[in-house]
Amino acid sequence: MSEQLATLKSRWAEQPEVVRRYALPAGAIVLAVLYPFYVDLLPGFPVTSIAVVMLVFTMMALGLNIVVGYAGLLDLGYVAFYAAGAYIAAWLASLHFEDISFHFGAVGVADDAPGIHISVWLVLIIAGLFTTVVGILIGLPTLRLRGDYLAIVTLGFGEIIPQFVRNADEAGIGFDLTHGTFGINPIDSIGFGETLGAVGLPDVYRTSSSRAELFYWTALALLLFTVFCSIRLRDSRLGRAWIAIREDETAAAAMGVPLMRTKTWSYAMGAFFGGIAGAFYAVYKSGAFPADFYFQFSVFLLCMVILGGMGSVWGVIVGALILSWLDRAGLAELGKEFGDLVGREIDVPKYAFGIYGGIIVVMMLVRPTGLIPESRHKIEMEEGVHDTPLYDVQHEGPGTGRIRGDG
Amino acid sequence: MIGVLLLALVGVWLVVNFVQGPSRFLSVVIIGLTNGSVYALIALGYTLVYGILQLINFAHGDVFALGGLLSTTLILDLFEVDSSSATASVALAIGGCLLVAVAFAAVLNTTVELVGYRRLRNAPRLAPLITAVGMSFILQNVGLYFWGPEYTVVDPLISNDPAFSIGEVEVQWDNLLVILLTIPLLLGLTWLVTSTKQGKAMRATSQDRMASAMVGINVNRTISFTFALAGGLAGAAGLIYVLQFTTIRFDQGFQLGLIAFTAAVLGGIGNLAGAVAGALLIGFVEAFNEGLSWLSPGSDWTRSIVFAILIAVLVFRPEGILGERTPEGA
Repeated sequence: MSEQLATLKSRWAEQPEVVRRYALPAGAIVLAVLYPFYVDLLPGFPVTSIAVVMLVFTMMALGLNIVVGYAGLLDLGYVAFYAAGAYIAAWLASLHFEDISFHFGAVGVADDAPGIHISVWLVLIIAGLFTTVVGILIGLPTLRLRGDYLAIVTLGFGEIIPQFVRNADEAGIGFDLTHGTFGINPIDSIGFGETLGAVGLPDVYRTSSSRAELFYWTALALLLFTVFCSIRLRDSRLGRAWIAIREDETAAAAMGVPLMRTKTWSYAMGAFFGGIAGAFYAVYKSGAFPADFYFQFSVFLLCMVILGGMGSVWGVIVGALILSWLDRAGLAELGKEFGDLVGREIDVPKYAFGIYGGIIVVMMLVRPTGLIPESRHKIEMEEGVHDTPLYDVQHEGPGTGRIRGDG
Repeated sequence: MIGVLLLALVGVWLVVNFVQGPSRFLSVVIIGLTNGSVYALIALGYTLVYGILQLINFAHGDVFALGGLLSTTLILDLFEVDSSSATASVALAIGGCLLVAVAFAAVLNTTVELVGYRRLRNAPRLAPLITAVGMSFILQNVGLYFWGPEYTVVDPLISNDPAFSIGEVEVQWDNLLVILLTIPLLLGLTWLVTSTKQGKAMRATSQDRMASAMVGINVNRTISFTFALAGGLAGAAGLIYVLQFTTIRFDQGFQLGLIAFTAAVLGGIGNLAGAVAGALLIGFVEAFNEGLSWLSPGSDWTRSIVFAILIAVLVFRPEGILGERTPEGA
């Protein structure tokens, strides 16, 4: 057995560089593209409509990975970007603003329908750019703070933005901006329109008979774009600056890395992908509902990143696929099997977040580098890092303790 | 500059509200004081733990919630008291609950530290922080498993008859009791931290862990003790919360914990007096926002306001109102 493995290994090593580098990713992409065709043959695998959600969540996790994994900034309010993207889609491609009638390339909408209707393709880009701006706006004042303070501030934004969209209706702010707890629906469908439809491209996704498949391939394309950007960003000058900051902020600053600008960029890039994913998900669900934007979702995404391995693109993809599958179908299925096993009915999905919390704790204690560790991050975790702040020196000496009863 | 202007606006708003209805204003102040006392007990836990480990213990709010939930079970099933019970048996029940809830929460919080944070003490700072978030979710689901997704309701054990009144404003027994229970706890804590050997060890450990170990302080035991102390306060807060509001649910700890954490940051994290001051301030902010009639945003916006305060404090004055500059700020 091991002999065969060794032969395989040596033969693999003999292959030209191009093959070794691209064979696995290419194979994975081919398998992913063809997934809707063979899913019926595989019992237990998620159906295409669930796979769409999994891909969208994976995209969000990759966005979060840029912030948490690359730059080492703990963001507990990533759901804010999801919300921002979703509401951009809801504002720019629905009947919500009844007083305005503006059409630009929208598909599947009557020409005289009220509201703003911009082509969803454009809306995705606008959502990405808008959330980038939101990310920069949140980042500029807060990124001066270190580690755990930053986590708390992002958590604060992650709580304020959902409460804002829940309250921003006629009664709350005097103008119906978000339609309160009801959310905004329906949102226009994605599609290529009649002109391109004539050459064989799908006209309108939502009315198409192969709706799930079309959304699946679009989500896959977006995900591949995200993966490509993630990898290229990681190897770029900016990406190396992020990793330098993550490893040792003081040393990075001493080497001339501009801390604020670099951190803000990581925030902006993370927000960009979160915004696109959020807008796409809202279009897929045909609505933006405030109930979706809760703190637990931010932790759910964080859990994906930790499970897979902070900073490791392939790890995060695996972690995200596992967890989003658990979330959408797996927990219910596994729970049923477990219930049969112990002869008692247990509502496992009810405890989903307890399970995610458990995964986080176990991973941090047992394998903090994740399932597929990034090599550099592994070294950091094993050898430790110097996380002493730049300006600590001036505070040393007696009487600077943090607990003071007499204060 | 903008800050001063904002504070002035808030001042004007308060004065107008006071002129419009002085008695209503004062009763809102009392509500604020009561809420603030509960927040103070929780905020102290955050501050103690942050002081010694520089860790935001996200699970702290859930320790509080479990303490409260356990109290409901004790009140309902063990002591079986309700609003018609005799005063003596109610007093006995509350005393018993206090002991059990404090002990339970102290043990729980120490266990969390032992299992979760101890092994990560020398890991990058992100690691224990993320673990704390995970712990919080686990504890929440423990509450969900044993007490279910609904609110657990107990009878109001303390009557809300007025104990005494100042002018037209009545101070009710239940509000009074909360304040009466909180003050001795705070005094006891201050004494413990400033005047006992264990308190001295805590302060030494928070200054320099390695130097403390060198002069013979058992660092692990000191940290465990701090967690037990923080947990005990959270357990007491849980019972007091149940007595005051008569309902509690498994996920309330997280929300209240965040509010209390805001209070701790507002007062200057690591500073015990600051935590109490910040908690009272947050209690007032919340009560004013929800209770006053003139131009108040209302309870829909409470959380947004509290978090906006948190963000503003962290950005403009990270050392808090009573704290001194820490490296996190600058």
